Amino acid sequence: MNEKNLRSTPMDGQTQRLSAESVTLAYDQRIIARDLSVAIPDNSFTVIVGPNACGKSTLLRALSRMLKPSQGRVLLDGQTIHTMPAKKVAKTLGLLPQSSIAPDGITVADLVARGRYPHQGLLRQWSPEDERIVQESMAATGVAELGERYVDELSGGQRQRVWIAMALAQQTPLLLLDEPTTFLDIQHQIDVLDLCAELHETQGRTLVAVLHDLNHAARYATHLIAVRGGEVVAEGPPAEVVTAELVERVFGLRCQVIDDPETGTPLVVPAGRKARARETVAAPEPVLQK
Amino acid sequence: MTTKSLRTGGGFSVRYEPRAAISVLALIVLTLAVGVVLIGSGDFPIAPADVVATLLGDGTAVQEFAVMDLRLPRVLVAVFVGAALGIGGAVFQSVSRNPLGSPDVIGFGQGASVGALLVIVLFQGSSTAAAGGAIVGALVTGTAIYLLAWKRGVHGYRLVLVGIGAAAMLTAVIHYLLTKANLVDATRATVWMTGSLDGRDWDHFWPLLAVSCLLVPLVLGHGRALRMLEMGDDAAYALGVKVERTRVVLMGSAVLLVAVATAAAGPIVFVSLSAPQLARRLTRSPGPNLAASALMGSALLLVADWLATNAFGDRQLPVGVVTGVLGGCYLLWLLVTERKAGRI
Repeated sequence: MNEKNLRSTPMDGQTQRLSAESVTLAYDQRIIARDLSVAIPDNSFTVIVGPNACGKSTLLRALSRMLKPSQGRVLLDGQTIHTMPAKKVAKTLGLLPQSSIAPDGITVADLVARGRYPHQGLLRQWSPEDERIVQESMAATGVAELGERYVDELSGGQRQRVWIAMALAQQTPLLLLDEPTTFLDIQHQIDVLDLCAELHETQGRTLVAVLHDLNHAARYATHLIAVRGGEVVAEGPPAEVVTAELVERVFGLRCQVIDDPETGTPLVVPAGRKARARETVAAPEPVLQK
Repeated sequence: MTTKSLRTGGGFSVRYEPRAAISVLALIVLTLAVGVVLIGSGDFPIAPADVVATLLGDGTAVQEFAVMDLRLPRVLVAVFVGAALGIGGAVFQSVSRNPLGSPDVIGFGQGASVGALLVIVLFQGSSTAAAGGAIVGALVTGTAIYLLAWKRGVHGYRLVLVGIGAAAMLTAVIHYLLTKANLVDATRATVWMTGSLDGRDWDHFWPLLAVSCLLVPLVLGHGRALRMLEMGDDAAYALGVKVERTRVVLMGSAVLLVAVATAAAGPIVFVSLSAPQLARRLTRSPGPNLAASALMGSALLLVADWLATNAFGDRQLPVGVVTGVLGGCYLLWLLVTERKAGRI
C-alpha cells in the first residue's frame, strides 16, 4: 500500500471550520513541523496520535492559536485565527490544556463558572444564562453534586471532569483536548473518553484530542490523524487507517491489528518480544532539514 | 464558599462572595476608624468625635489647623501609600504565582532606593528630586527585571529568581553609594530608606492621588483577566485572555503605583508582601483579591504608623521600622509554612 491509499481525503461536501494550511511550527529556532496541513472534519471526534515528540501536541497548540506558525496559517471559519479577536476565538474554540492550575481554595462551581469568561463583559458579569449553562455543564460531566466541594480535594478523575465542565461552559462548537487522559488510571481514562464520546454524540460538538494510547484512539475516534516527525502520515476513519503496516511506520512497532472484541474497532497487539527480536525493525526517522 | 449574584436593570450583573464583600466593607471601616484615631493622637490630642466634626468643617481654628494642615495629609498619604503597596503586591504575587514575588522582595524597593540615593548623594538634590529619582529607579528596575525574566512570556519562578538577584545587586549599589556619601547626605539617605510618614503634607499627597485615580481602576478592571491567568497561561489563552498584554498592563501599573508610593514615603517594607496574604486569609477567596489587598495595605500602614508614633512612649519611630519588624516575623512564618507545603 502506498501513501496515497493510506491518506484518504476528506469526503466530498464535508466542511471544515478548523484547518491548518501548510504551517511551519517551531519553538524559537527548533523546527517541529514543516509545511504541515490538516483539516478537522466538522462534527468529528478527531484524535491525533503519534510517538513522543512527533509534534502532535505542537499541532494542537497551533490549532488552538497558542503557538503562532512561523509560516502558513491556521484558519477558523475562513479567517486567520491569529488575527481574530481573542474573545471571539474563545467563543468558537475551546481548549483543555494539558496542565492547568486550580487556584487554592476554589470550589467546583466557581471553577466551572470561569468558563463563561469569554461571554462576559465588565458590566454583564453573571447573567441568568451563565448560571444555567454552568449548571448544564456540570450535569453533563456528572459533577453537579460536587458544586460546593473544593477542587483540591477531588480525585484526579473527578478533577479532569471539572476541567472538562469548565471547557463545556465556554459553549464552543469546537473543543480541543491536549492529552486529557494523562495521569489518570485506566478506569478514569475510559471514563473521560466515554464522556468525550458522549459530548460528541449528544451535543454535536467537534472534538479534537491528542491521545497517547493508540487503542483508545482507535476505539473512540471517528477521524484519526497519525503524525510522525512533524508530518501527517495517515488520516481517516480508524478502521481504514489503523493497520499493522501503519503502526510500524508511525511507531516503529511490529504488531498485529485485530478486531476489538468489544467494539469491532481496530485493536493493536504488539508482537511478542522474541518475534520482534527476530526481525530488526527499520523505521528511520525522517530528517527535517533547516 | 457560596457565591451570590447581584443583577440590576440594564443588564448589569456581578457575582460575589459574601465573605469577601463583608471583608472589604470591614477593612474600609477599620481604615476610617484608625485614620480618625491617628488624626486625634499626638502632642495635641483631639477626641475622635471632634476629629470627625473638624473634618466636616465644625472644628475650632486650632483643631482645624492641626487636622487639616498637619495630620490629615499625613494620614491620607499613609492610606494611599498602603493601598498602592497592597494592590501592587497583589498583582505581582498573582502574576508570579508566588507569595514571595512581591515588589519589595524582587527589587523594586531597592531600585527606587538606588534612584533616590543617586539624586541625594551625587547631586545633593531636593526631596522632590529624590522622589523623582525613586520613581525612575523603580521603573528602570521593573523594565530590566521584566526583560531578563522574559522567555516566551514571563513566568513565576523566573520573575522571583531574577528579582531576588536584582535586589541583591541593587543592595550592593546602595551600600556603595552610602560609603561614597558625606555624612549629611548619608544621614538623609538613611532616613529616606527607612521609610517614614513624618512631615508628609499635601504636596506629597496630590501626585499619589493622581496616579492612584488613574491606575487603581485600570488594575481593578483587569482583575477578572488576572483571575483567569492564575489557572495557567494555557487555560487563560483558551478563555480568550490576552495573556501577555494583560500581564504587561498589570505589571506596569503595579510598578508605577509602588514607585509613586515609594517616592512619597520611602521604601516601606513588607506591606506589599503581607497585605495580599492577609487579605486572602480574611476573604478566603481564591483569585488576586485586589480591592481587599489595597484596603488591607492601607489599614496595615495606618496601624503601623499608630504603633510607631504612640506605642513607644516618647520615642517616635519611623513607620518603616515597625512594618519591618512586623513583616519580618510574618516573612519567617510564611517561609516556614511554604516550606512545609513543599512549595519552596
